Amino acid sequence: MEELLKILREIKPGCDFEGRVDLASSGELDSYDIVSLVSELEEKFDIDIPVEKIIPESFDSVEAIQKLIDSLK
Amino acid sequence: MFSNITYWLDKTVKKYPDKIGYADEIQKLTFLQVYRKALNLAEKIVEQNCFKMPIAIYMEKSVDVLISFFAAAYSGNFYSPIDVDMPESRIKKILEILKPRIIITKRNLAETINALAPDAVVIFEDEVTDVSSGSYEKVFEQRDRTCDTDLLYVLFTSGSTGIPKGVTICHRAVMDYIDCIEDIFHITSDDRFGNQAPFYFDNSILDIYTTMKTGASMYIIPQKVFAWPIPLLKYLDENKINTIFWVPSAMLMIAKMKALKAYDMRGKLKRVLFCGEVMPNKTLNIWRKYVPDAVFANLYGPTEITDACTYYIADREFSDAEPLPIGRPMKNTDVLILNEKNEPVKDGESGELCVRGTSLSMGYYHNPEKTAEVFVQNPLNEAYPEIIYRTGDIVKYNEYGEIVYLSRKDFQVKHMGHRIELGEIETAVSSLDEVSGNCCLYDEKRSKIVLFLEENFPEEKIELEKINQQIKNLIPEYMLPNRIVYVDKMPLNANGKTDRKKLKELLE
Repeated sequence: MEELLKILREIKPGCDFEGRVDLASSGELDSYDIVSLVSELEEKFDIDIPVEKIIPESFDSVEAIQKLIDSLK
Repeated sequence: MFSNITYWLDKTVKKYPDKIGYADEIQKLTFLQVYRKALNLAEKIVEQNCFKMPIAIYMEKSVDVLISFFAAAYSGNFYSPIDVDMPESRIKKILEILKPRIIITKRNLAETINALAPDAVVIFEDEVTDVSSGSYEKVFEQRDRTCDTDLLYVLFTSGSTGIPKGVTICHRAVMDYIDCIEDIFHITSDDRFGNQAPFYFDNSILDIYTTMKTGASMYIIPQKVFAWPIPLLKYLDENKINTIFWVPSAMLMIAKMKALKAYDMRGKLKRVLFCGEVMPNKTLNIWRKYVPDAVFANLYGPTEITDACTYYIADREFSDAEPLPIGRPMKNTDVLILNEKNEPVKDGESGELCVRGTSLSMGYYHNPEKTAEVFVQNPLNEAYPEIIYRTGDIVKYNEYGEIVYLSRKDFQVKHMGHRIELGEIETAVSSLDEVSGNCCLYDEKRSKIVLFLEENFPEEKIELEKINQQIKNLIPEYMLPNRIVYVDKMPLNANGKTDRKKLKELLE
């Protein structure tokens, strides 16, 4: 989780991610963020995120993103 | 004869009163509803004794903004959209230049706007209904006094000095442009636009007014859908959108995440148009592969000539490394490419793209100095006054006689005695697989071409030597970058384009 938080903080400095459940659906993470986040995650965790999984539900909270990563490892 | 663009809406309402004209996340309005709401709002404007005056529209992107635009036009006034997400300092600067007589907004924004513009009359759009309130005699009287050279809108673009410039566009310019678009792309009432462009960005003019003229439909795609490739394609599919006119970066996201492979858009998308920045063939080739039956068209033009003045329909194959032409001038528009001596360029020579024709802006609002800098006498005509607009874009003709964009005039540099278009280097670099984004700047102090690189795999830090080896056969050797700076993410400015100013700061 720490590694993921580090990536998120780099992409969106100043945003408090912990405890949030609407990161994606609120528009907090915009299209540019998602593009960089996806390629960052794929590289750091050596995974391939299928485009079908790139939906708001997978990115609404830190936990959801972590779950997505774990499911692809 | 139409002296005001709203005559198009009159005509369309008669033909298709109950057809959905404009839709957003919250409402889908028929042409008749839009028409009545616009007229009711126009009546409120006329009550203020306001004619040929600026009206600022301050609200969130929605169909209601369009209704306000049309109300301003019906009443013989002109509009300027102010984005609610714009920084306050910029809004203030814009309002200082525009000095709007009236601001159309919504009740929930009243406080903000009163603080920003205490002198303006505020009208609430959410107070008008779609119930016909009579004959609108006074509104039509005012409309009949307009000429087609009267302003329809003022759009503010960022000026290099930090002072926004208000580009004025008249009714005739938009009617001329939309006539061309309808002709080129054969738009009819059966078509449906999926709007991406913000309304303060003039790409939206195509969606808004082609819909008004032809009786097509325009769906405003919710901004947040643009972050999610599959939901975005699903939105287009479910709403039966067959025509899109987007900025290339929105298309890049879909291509990069391989969404078109997972969600079949064949036979659904009929036209894919784009404008606003350079479209890399690497992105376009992916789109063309997965939606082979669609028409793909590259439009080019600055706000000052009403959205677009040249177009190129992709009719042959391109390698990822080739630049996509911006094509040929639209009808009733002429393009002159002038070299430094103000002469038309000869074979292969590059020069500044200049435009003449009906589509030209009437100049920058309240800014005669800036106007005089770029709206100038045609140097090829000594016989009578004829204004051309100097775009500041450097282009050349290719072997097919098509225009190819090279770079901004400001990005043209002299390096070791050679004239170099930084944009040409960028096009070459963008064709490499490892590259996800790039930008070239010239470090005057050290006489070096600096490449800012955003990689697909940032860990790898591909060496400059390796890049140069690969692009050596695409550009002359003297254009190869001398230095490389890795960036995690290209900084973008308010319009979503690469923020060169910020990158320049990194050089210091």
